[in-house]
Amino acid sequence: MFRRLPESDTATLRFKIDGRPATGRAGESVAAAMLAAGVVTCRTTPIGGQKRAPYCLMGVCFECLVTIDGIGNRQACLIPLTEGMDIRSQDGARDMAGEPVTEAAP
Amino acid sequence: MKHEADITVIGGGLVGTAIAFGLAQDGARVMMLDEGDIARRASRANFALVWVQAKGIGMPEYATWSKVSADGWAEFAEMLADVSDIDVAFERPGGFMMCLSEAEMEARVRGMKVLQAQPGAPLYPYEILDHAQTKKRMPAIGPDVVGSVYCDLDGHVNSLRLFRALHVAIARLGVSYRPEHAVEAIVPEKDGFRIRGPWGEVATGRVVIAAGLDNARLAPMVGLLAPVVPSKGQIIVTEKAARFLDYPVSTVRQTDEGGVMVGDSQEDLGFDTQVTYPVISLMAQRAVRMFPALAGLNVVRTWSASRVMSPDGFPIYEQSRQFPGAFVATCHSGVTLAAAHALRLAIYIQDGRLPEQMACFSARRLNVPQAA
Amino acid sequence: MKRLANVVELAASYDLAIIGAGPAGMSAAVTAAEAGLSVLVLDENGAPGGQIYRGITGTPVKRREILGAEFWRGEEIVAGFERCEASYAPHATAWSLAPDGSKGFEIGVSLGGAVRHIHASEVIAATGAHERPFPIPGWTLPGVMTAGAAQIALKANALVPDGRVVIAGCGPLLFLVTAQLLAAGANIVAVLDTAEPGNWRRALPHLPGFLRSPYLMKGLRLLLKARRANFISRVTALRAEAGDDGCLARVAHTRGSTETTLACDTLLLHQGVVPNINLANAVGCEQDWDDGQLSFVPRIDDWMQTSIPGLSIPGDGGGIRGAEAAALGGTLAALGAAARLGRLSQDERNQRAAPVRAEFERLSAGRAFLDALYRPPKAFRVPAEAETIVCRCEEVTAGEIREVVAGGVTGPNQLKVFLRCGMGPCQGRQCGLTVTELMADARGVSAEAIGSYHLRPPFKPVTLGELASLPSNDAAVKAVVR
Repeated sequence: MFRRLPESDTATLRFKIDGRPATGRAGESVAAAMLAAGVVTCRTTPIGGQKRAPYCLMGVCFECLVTIDGIGNRQACLIPLTEGMDIRSQDGARDMAGEPVTEAAP
Repeated sequence: MKHEADITVIGGGLVGTAIAFGLAQDGARVMMLDEGDIARRASRANFALVWVQAKGIGMPEYATWSKVSADGWAEFAEMLADVSDIDVAFERPGGFMMCLSEAEMEARVRGMKVLQAQPGAPLYPYEILDHAQTKKRMPAIGPDVVGSVYCDLDGHVNSLRLFRALHVAIARLGVSYRPEHAVEAIVPEKDGFRIRGPWGEVATGRVVIAAGLDNARLAPMVGLLAPVVPSKGQIIVTEKAARFLDYPVSTVRQTDEGGVMVGDSQEDLGFDTQVTYPVISLMAQRAVRMFPALAGLNVVRTWSASRVMSPDGFPIYEQSRQFPGAFVATCHSGVTLAAAHALRLAIYIQDGRLPEQMACFSARRLNVPQAA
Repeated sequence: MKRLANVVELAASYDLAIIGAGPAGMSAAVTAAEAGLSVLVLDENGAPGGQIYRGITGTPVKRREILGAEFWRGEEIVAGFERCEASYAPHATAWSLAPDGSKGFEIGVSLGGAVRHIHASEVIAATGAHERPFPIPGWTLPGVMTAGAAQIALKANALVPDGRVVIAGCGPLLFLVTAQLLAAGANIVAVLDTAEPGNWRRALPHLPGFLRSPYLMKGLRLLLKARRANFISRVTALRAEAGDDGCLARVAHTRGSTETTLACDTLLLHQGVVPNINLANAVGCEQDWDDGQLSFVPRIDDWMQTSIPGLSIPGDGGGIRGAEAAALGGTLAALGAAARLGRLSQDERNQRAAPVRAEFERLSAGRAFLDALYRPPKAFRVPAEAETIVCRCEEVTAGEIREVVAGGVTGPNQLKVFLRCGMGPCQGRQCGLTVTELMADARGVSAEAIGSYHLRPPFKPVTLGELASLPSNDAAVKAVVR
């Protein structure tokens, strides 16, 4: 768990983490916002169901995969937080059946 | 000459290990000579289908051989699991060839008719399905799918696990496995063969050449021909997803572990294995048109490798007339044919002769100039 | 500097494409743009600075002393970069790179939700470093992260780990993170130092070079700050343990023959940084095993050019030398590229390079001492416990790897096929080095002889739909539609 330094400016962006309302700071990544919101585990693995959490915060470990606005397996540490985001932790493999179909290629 | 092995198999890919598995099950004292970590290895890059549908136009015996193998696959998978304790996830729900235009549909249907019109071709059932009928069985298809051909003989496996299971199994059956033993020369001797490499040499009673593209170089050393050439294939692999494709399609399949493979391009570009995006893109486009939900999946890997292709595309199995005891086995469907290689071909090799019905697979059918 | 936010804003081709906007990439861009080259900088982050100066343009940390003077040195480099004529695409990834005949290189770019290929005559891959894998029992538990990750959270987001923090490992960054977190008010209950006491003796021959470099003063200042934490030296074994919730609850460490367990909420691991070689490896650059840095390093010449003409790797991606040397290396790489493109004569190039190179060499000379002093012990590079996870993505353990090696698997590429090790989304970044060293240990041969994974594009994820949006051609139709 992480806390914000008192000197940092106020968190003004509103988002939801697993349905729970939270606030984040403009300019921060989804992973940072999650850590600040008290998230410890962000997913379970598709193979052994192990709990995992953000590990490197620089895009190389692929541990911080979460579902953002319905799209699974997104790298939370590389995606900027935006107002109104619906962030969900993942249970096992990404489930395409529950996802909106993205625009097909031309 | 004292032989270190009754039979030495050159090549540790799916063809070589399947034959060695069959030989070792049958009690032979087998040695396997393999290359090391960096090698061409078509077995590390295959599409993992156990496929019968549409194979064998131009050689009905190949259609039969593929069907024999696919029919024996469940038994083979069980034998393999018994020895290796590895489940290779063989499934045979039947397979689809998806058509994205009327022209493709006509070509597929015509192909099946031509195939089965050949004298001696196996007359297995298949179904021609329109869009609605296809959608009933595979709800994930997109509107661009015109129809499909379905055949219940088709299936797939986890080919990486197959590769491992064969290696574990042959080790447990006592096959002497020698990695980093590339072969430079096979020298026929009075009562056997001497095989040489930078690592030294071994003496063997018989030899089976199953070295993929290297067969072209090795076979002539014992009076055989295997004029195989590389056929470039590119493959796309996605991240794991919860299962949403219940059947393999000839160009798209979801593995038991969840990843989706997209493949089956063919180019004659020699040993070039560069990934090229016009091809990758078209493969991706077609896969997404077949199954729109695939569009959002992250691709973790693309690669390109060389298939082992004979001039007419069919396998070559042959014993040397000049130097009996030397065999060559080469094909580009090492997964589909693994069961036939283990359960049949290995027995023929053990017996020392290929039966009459295998004569069609001799390289003599190919009109190539006699080498060496 | 011209900011680009979408692939349609990219030109079809550039003289020079730079991948990464850390110190090497930024200074390369400045030098190349000055020499009149058309320059595109692609960076995965939303702001320039790389990992070392992460967040420097917008950090919410107001008290400058928390991050320290070394961090703020980056302001000058960023300012120069912002003034230069280069095009800069933040939040962009380069996911493929391949030589393409007379067009130079073909680069796959993902930006603003779309992908496209562009061309560049020269490429500078300033992809930097990442932390060395630290495979101990329990290193995958939530609550365990890298020290670098905690530093990024602080620099970019003013976030400090709450509760009891344990830091473990070795290397200069360990001291820096300790000092920074202390200044930010973190409750660091212990720093478990894994450096081997004998390292001093091995480092000594490299002392003269170190004394000439500026590392000495930096190091002393850091040590003084960090030493206020509870340092426990000569730690020989570590184990992260879970509580009932399946998350980190304790860290066990061995010192001498005594094992001690500390309750903690966060464990930060670090044992040095290693070059991020994925791109270089996938493109096919020659690489060598560096026994001082215990990693594969792309082979580069005096102008940071790899074995592939026109592709240069300055900065830590071409061998760890630190941020200041990286900036100088970027300049040298850009001068080399400008000369190859005919925008600078050899004389001009050499003249401009001379002072830069002198300083580059002075800084590089200090590195061998640090490498030797903070050489991570074998026990933490080659896990002895069979259950320890090596490949985090595919959950492959050290025991499984040893087992298949005993069965005749000789190298990492055959290992992939047997165990799927290295085939997950991180593409071997978190296990590659461990696998090489573990296999070398199991087979009793050198790491060089074992080799590394042969990596494949895309280096970073793109979707199947994005690949489908790329142009195709008639030859492809012939290859695919049958």
